Amino acid sequence: MSENHTNGAETLIRSLEHAGIKLAFGIPGGSAIPIYDALYKVRRKMKFVLVRHEQGAAHEADGYARATGKPAAVLVTSGPGATNTVTGIMTAYMDSVPMIVITGQSARGMLGKDAFQEADVFNLTMPIVKHSYLVRSANDIPRIVREAYHIATTGRPGPVLIDVPKDVGTELCEVGLEADMNLPGYHPEPKGYTPETIRQIADALAHSRRPVIIAGHGAAISRAEQELRQLAETLQAPVTSTLLGKGVFPDSHRLSLQGLGMHGTAFANRAVVECDLMISVGARLDDRILGVASQFCKNAVKIHIDIDAAEFGKLVKPDIRCRGDAKTVLQDLLPLVKKGDTADWIKRIEGFKKKWPMGYSRKGGLHPPQIIDALNHLTDGKAIMVTDVGQHQMWAWQFYHCDNPWQFISSGGAGTMGFGLPAAIGAQFGRPGELVVAIVGDGGFQMTMSELATAAIHKLPVKVILMNNHYLGMVRQWQDMFYDERYSGVDLEGNPDFVALAKAYGILGLNLKRAADIPKVLQKALAHPGPVLVNAEVVHHEEVFPMVPPGKPLEETVMEHPRRRRGRPAGRPGKPAAAGKKTGGAQGRKS
Amino acid sequence: MNKPLPTHNLSIYVANRPGALARIAQTFSRRGFNIESLVVSAGVTGDFSRMTITAKGDAAGLEQIIMQCSKLVDVLACREHTDEEVVARELALVKLAVDSARRGEVLQIADHFHAKTVDLSETSIVLEATGSSEKLDAMVDLLRKFRIIEIVRTGKVIMARGERET
Repeated sequence: MSENHTNGAETLIRSLEHAGIKLAFGIPGGSAIPIYDALYKVRRKMKFVLVRHEQGAAHEADGYARATGKPAAVLVTSGPGATNTVTGIMTAYMDSVPMIVITGQSARGMLGKDAFQEADVFNLTMPIVKHSYLVRSANDIPRIVREAYHIATTGRPGPVLIDVPKDVGTELCEVGLEADMNLPGYHPEPKGYTPETIRQIADALAHSRRPVIIAGHGAAISRAEQELRQLAETLQAPVTSTLLGKGVFPDSHRLSLQGLGMHGTAFANRAVVECDLMISVGARLDDRILGVASQFCKNAVKIHIDIDAAEFGKLVKPDIRCRGDAKTVLQDLLPLVKKGDTADWIKRIEGFKKKWPMGYSRKGGLHPPQIIDALNHLTDGKAIMVTDVGQHQMWAWQFYHCDNPWQFISSGGAGTMGFGLPAAIGAQFGRPGELVVAIVGDGGFQMTMSELATAAIHKLPVKVILMNNHYLGMVRQWQDMFYDERYSGVDLEGNPDFVALAKAYGILGLNLKRAADIPKVLQKALAHPGPVLVNAEVVHHEEVFPMVPPGKPLEETVMEHPRRRRGRPAGRPGKPAAAGKKTGGAQGRKS
Repeated sequence: MNKPLPTHNLSIYVANRPGALARIAQTFSRRGFNIESLVVSAGVTGDFSRMTITAKGDAAGLEQIIMQCSKLVDVLACREHTDEEVVARELALVKLAVDSARRGEVLQIADHFHAKTVDLSETSIVLEATGSSEKLDAMVDLLRKFRIIEIVRTGKVIMARGERET
């Protein structure tokens, strides 16, 4: 059936809606005007949000998807409009987040001729998309959009890019919205395993006395929280989660070890070191959690469950590989799992928890973990926590306790500074009735803070807690620990007055300077009906611990700064202490 | 020095779509693999293409590449084949500067390798040879005592023996 002779751009908007897209973020430009014209003309249900920078649009779509499980669209123009989304696309790709990115493109006849605002976006983004299209005919649009949505949301989710030449947008489209997909090479099989594999896993589990479960993003994406909990409780196995797996197993659960890896808890890392069996459910076992890949769970049976077969053996060679959707695999596995004989192991782990509890300093100023701890209590662990990237991110991971998946939103694989604020905005769009808190640092926040306008315009009640230590803190921590305190390029002198900045956007800005004021200021922020920016003037020098130094195995988790004990108090404001207290080659350099 | 890296034969069956070749090439280059030869041709129908790639590299790296290629939306199958499992062929055109005095000697070598003369002038000859890559290497080596003007080779194509899929 031919739909009343619409053009390619109108068909694009209708196709996106038809596929299920409810929200789009973007900024128009020359090549995207036909798309924006269609947005104006088509009587649409899809909501459009005009942002201030295309990177923000991509992160907002990302935050929306992580909070709801559904992709949003990004609508930008050619050339710089498209290249500005690259960081956001890569961030989504690394963390398996579905997203549909529509980029305007120069007219077909001008392709490859260095037209105004022409960039070869199709090729430019190829390594950071799950799939991509350059549309050659308006009649292909319904099929392409349907395929794009299907690819983005099935199997291991990811971003899909559709590059739309301007004249394809204005070309007459003679086909209807119903189009058949043509994807002969794409088989996102949720059951890419045999019953034999499931039996092998069950058998290995039955023989284990010291099992550890690692829960990753895949478990959260497939909403396997109930199955995971049942597995842990039946087996009586402790569960540790990756940064992106946080919440899929309740942090408050007796069997929870919280996070593992570089800044994981010492008890999680110790449990992984001593386990006789490691079962990874939807984690890709990346370098931040492994320590040294060749020594990771060296003597344990390693079971790897992942929807993406390309993850098997990338860094860790599994003894049993099981390709499948986490929830589906666990549902098949659970009937075969017997009650575990792990009482001694659990007792030993309780000992680890007592021996190496998580803690932080309260002396001499305002400490970020203190603020996060307070937030945890004030919000009863119920807020949707969105972080930027850096020290504050690790503290939020360590000290905010979540009991549900899709509650902790953070850029993991890409480690994209500037992610926090726009992702929180996206999350708030996706879950309007819920409390969204963005924990950001002064470095990352300033990379995308223009999105305060988006929060203000749409009256999104996002609570932004800015941990302002006037430093690029994580880099400084590394320079401090592994580069003999050579602080190079990390001093953020010239930070603006963030409270005045908030005010300039019409947003409530609050200063938090003393630890004693934490409850008062946070309560005020949380009670405010609109967006809030809290500028927390935290101590300038503080490090994230525990830490597995780069190039070291999990066995060598460090609980405190090797030099701190020698005098310099934590949290001393101002310039760093004079150099000269070198400890003789204590820590390995960054490899 | 490291020992020489093994050469691998890969066969990739792919939907005939713009960008498919670039995606596959990127999968190799991102992991530091150098493609030695690459042949792309139509499959049984024009909707699909067959790519035959030979590349040098370590086995673990290659396993990653096979998995990453298999994962590409346009790729239907990506397989590695040992030399024993397949029929492998390559075609070479070799242009030599040779006058009538030494032509006989060239033709003798050509005859031995079942190569054909496909172009002949007073001062040059073009030979066409087909066979395994090793056979072509051997022929080219023997021809080096003449002045070789140009060599063009197609790169290796392979097909699995028996009823197995390539």
